[in-house]
Amino acid sequence: MKIAVCIKQVPNTEARLRVRRDGRWLEEEDLPFIINESDEYALEEGLRIAEKTGGEVVVFSLGPDRVREALRKALAVGAARAVHLADPAFAGGDALATGRALAAALKRDSFDLVLTGSQSDDVGYGGTGSVVAGHLGWPHVWLVMGVELEEGNRAAKVTREMESGVNEVSRVQLPAVLEIQAGLNHPRYASLKGIMAAKKKEIATATPADLGLDAAQVGEAGSRLEIVSVAFPASGKGAQILQGDAKAAATALVEKLQKEARVL
Amino acid sequence: MANEVWVVLQHREGQISRISWETVGAAQKLAATLGSKAEAVLLGSGVGLAAAEVAKSDLAAVHVADHDALRAYTPGAYIGALASTIQSAAPAFVVFPHTYQTVDYMARLAQAVGAGLLPQVTAFQGEGGDLLWTRPVMSGKLQAKVRVKGEGTVLVSVQSGAFPADGVVRGEAPVKPLEVDLAAVKPDREILGYEEVGGDTVDLTKAEIIVAVGRGVGGADKMAPVEALAKALGAEIGASRPVIDNGWLPRDRQIGSSGQTVAPKLYVAAGISGAIQHLVGMKGSSVIVAINKDPGAPIFTVADYGIVGDLHEVLPALTEAVRAAKG
Ligand SMILES: Cc1cc2nc3c(=O)[nH]c(=O)nc-3n(C[C@H](O)[C@H](O)[C@H](O)COP(=O)(O)OP(=O)(O)OC[C@H]3O[C@@H](n4cnc5c(N)ncnc54)[C@H](O)[C@@H]3O)c2cc1C
Ligand SMILES: Nc1ncnc2c1ncn2[C@@H]1O[C@H](COP(=O)(O)O)[C@@H](O)[C@H]1O
Repeated sequence: MKIAVCIKQVPNTEARLRVRRDGRWLEEEDLPFIINESDEYALEEGLRIAEKTGGEVVVFSLGPDRVREALRKALAVGAARAVHLADPAFAGGDALATGRALAAALKRDSFDLVLTGSQSDDVGYGGTGSVVAGHLGWPHVWLVMGVELEEGNRAAKVTREMESGVNEVSRVQLPAVLEIQAGLNHPRYASLKGIMAAKKKEIATATPADLGLDAAQVGEAGSRLEIVSVAFPASGKGAQILQGDAKAAATALVEKLQKEARVL
Repeated sequence: MANEVWVVLQHREGQISRISWETVGAAQKLAATLGSKAEAVLLGSGVGLAAAEVAKSDLAAVHVADHDALRAYTPGAYIGALASTIQSAAPAFVVFPHTYQTVDYMARLAQAVGAGLLPQVTAFQGEGGDLLWTRPVMSGKLQAKVRVKGEGTVLVSVQSGAFPADGVVRGEAPVKPLEVDLAAVKPDREILGYEEVGGDTVDLTKAEIIVAVGRGVGGADKMAPVEALAKALGAEIGASRPVIDNGWLPRDRQIGSSGQTVAPKLYVAAGISGAIQHLVGMKGSSVIVAINKDPGAPIFTVADYGIVGDLHEVLPALTEAVRAAKG
């Protein structure tokens, strides 16, 4: 099967985050980026299905030049080629604008299956994959925790997570868009051989014009949402922070839990 | 018209969920700022009693689509039922509870009807046409203020816990049938069934004390200090999702929106950042202790006590202190 996987590059949540001078987003200088967590699982699932069915994985990412590093990493773990939606006009899109652009890029080829992550760890719209499915006219399933191919790869039995420990099990006809939730497999690491091989693999680029889209339909211009500012949450009532080294703080905490909170 | 607010309710076998009531309250508040009255929409089969329950709220109407094809949720049927109505009435906002069901179809509905999509809001401020919405970004480490541009309907989903469930203004609303033509909708997803995740799971809801561990622990082989503290406290061990996804602990230890919801008298969160999906599962705990090396971690905003530091130093010290205190 020929499988497309959409991967987004996002700031590493472990990093120290700083708000940009204009207050509208993070300061990206010195900010380390990684592949979005659920997209790592989507990529792994795509590779497994491709290996089982004798197909290939093509990875797509929309973003500035730095996303080529994420694409290179996907190529190193086994994707066959990559497409980079590279144009300043693509920047700042909401789920509808980004989904529109990705769908236009996916339509230029013919895939049996498109995998995305379920939610991006930066803006977290949880909807880009569904928008892609809408443009392609394919079924979609969000929050996928299991995929089993059926009917000679013409359908898939899909397990979807719901709240409070229940899963929905359904069958969808392929092609479909499956929006993968973190935890359904164990993503592989790149081997040295894979990293070397990735250097020779192709990363194609696409602009809005290449995709038959007007710049006004994508990115910030094509979005209904506009991020006005970002800020660290106000600390509410806030925790009482116990000071001192580990030992002093721990001793103070236990005393508080006994005498003030009375839970010990 | 441009100030109409609809609210789409979610229910389980006719039981209106708590988050749906929160969403009704949010929609009423939104409608009030726009100078209108919210209208509710209920989809399902045999939902008359639920509709009557909703009708005891201050709403302009409760529109009920009662149809066999809406008995079990599928995105095809739900989008089919809502798309043409939204397109013809063109309300300013359609407000949904932010649940795994809603997220599954809301974006596609927005795409289908050409509406805007504003997921997971926790607050809004402002007047009339000039509203500023708050939603979490960077897994809750930051809050974004967002404005909607352009013309046309916007689909909004409301984060659970953001608005009070008892904030619904009571009243009396007429129940009206909503005509939907679902004959043309082909099921895009054939539901085969529902399954419980893990049969004989650990029931964390009964634990009085929980020591919960997050990605900050660093690996399956680094769990010893967590176990030692849990033992000293007589606590159960819980975890955030990445700990489970990485296979460091079994899935039945997960706390949060897709795991267990707990409210022990003491909850110790170590190496957990405090993403909203984790918080919804534990913020009802009586006393919350957070241990995190990042003083800016959002977990400190819900915690009662905090220690900023490396959990691999703090947990052993805490275990010592607990043992000493217990004598
Ligand atoms: C649909 C959906 C459902 C989800 N369901 C759930 C759910 O049920 N439960 C859940 O928990 N999450 C859930 N999540 C994931 C959630 O969004 C967060 O990604 C997750 O809760 C983060 O877990 P964490 O805090 O352990 O990891 P991180 O966010 O990576 O935080 C790790 C923390 O550890 C701290 N740290 C690192 N090293 C140390 C150290 N040595 N000592 C002390 N502190 C340290 C860091 O400062 C950081 O704050 C869900 C996500 C989605 C999209
Ligand atoms: N810029 C992007 N490039 C590639 N894929 C993306 C991009 N943005 C979102 N996606 C995909 O859509 C999923 C959901 O993203 P979101 O709707 O932002 O939560 C992600 O997990 C990715 O798989």
